[in-house]
Amino acid sequence: MVRLITHNLLSCHAKGCTTNNFPLKFKDAEMEHREADFNPEFIRGLLPKIEWKALVDTAKELGDTSLPDEQPEMMDDELLKTLHRVLLEMHVEEGQMICPNCNHVYPISNGIPNMLLAEHEIA
Amino acid sequence: MIPTPNLSHLTAKDFERVYEPAEDTFLLLDALENDAEDLKSSLPLICLEIGSGSGCVSAFIGTLLGPSSALYLCTDINTHACQCTVATGRQNKVCLESVGTYLDRSLHTRLKHCVDLLVFNPPYVPTNSVEAESAQTSPAIASAWAGGVNGMELTNTFLKLAPVGLLEENPRELLAPQGRFYLVAVKENNIPNILATMLNEHNLAGKVVLRRRAGREHLHILRFEKQASQVQT
Repeated sequence: MVRLITHNLLSCHAKGCTTNNFPLKFKDAEMEHREADFNPEFIRGLLPKIEWKALVDTAKELGDTSLPDEQPEMMDDELLKTLHRVLLEMHVEEGQMICPNCNHVYPISNGIPNMLLAEHEIA
Repeated sequence: MIPTPNLSHLTAKDFERVYEPAEDTFLLLDALENDAEDLKSSLPLICLEIGSGSGCVSAFIGTLLGPSSALYLCTDINTHACQCTVATGRQNKVCLESVGTYLDRSLHTRLKHCVDLLVFNPPYVPTNSVEAESAQTSPAIASAWAGGVNGMELTNTFLKLAPVGLLEENPRELLAPQGRFYLVAVKENNIPNILATMLNEHNLAGKVVLRRRAGREHLHILRFEKQASQVQT
């Protein structure tokens, strides 16, 4: 499943593509919302590993504007719940992810991102 | 006692294309279960399984740690295995994040120093190199077992690509400072050599935490941790 937490951890790894290769840009994304158990401690733990701007921009592209542009210093319960929903409950089931640098297309099918490269594309 | 994940949704047809959990898988589950208290108290946030196949091991880890306690990332080169992994997650009420990729590629940059629990049950069966290589380029069932010379070709590739605990400047360092790495191996893989190499080249202290004989295979579960002096605070 491509949830936004996973998307926030994926970068392009095609041959020679080493800068500006994150975040991948969604195209033709088909979304599904699936509830997950809220665990505020888990979200708090994940925060230092999240690239905030990439997350906010991506959520916006997918039509969700609930996160503030700047990462707030204080995380209240409300915000943790919003993060929970955006990071863990939004699933991209079908579509593509495109590298902002080299335009390599990574397809998503049945919720699974295919990051495999052909022999000549491997770094 | 943590139950073995329910795999009743997978069929014989699936297991023509995806490795069916066997003694090696179960030994790995046993090793993880033996360490359950330690693993739980270390509060892992990010788990990564390389080559998740049916998804049995990650579903087990998810049940052990709690479905909402950590992120369960799984990679496999075989996209049918990726589908099985997701299905097994659903069947066992753990959300498994399946990514179709070779080893840790596309994740390694962002996961640097982030993986708390790393698990790899590699294709460890000694075969010739050609067989191992073609298994990895046209991923089907053989990619789950054909290990090349000494059964170590893919393991070596991964250990070189992801030399957890190596120098700071190595971009492929995956393990978090307190992270743990579990690796399945057989006797033919030359276990003393794996342990020595990991220690000398990657500063990872490892030991055999469990071993069992299953038919011809002398199965071993190796567990690696960063050496105390290497842990950054």
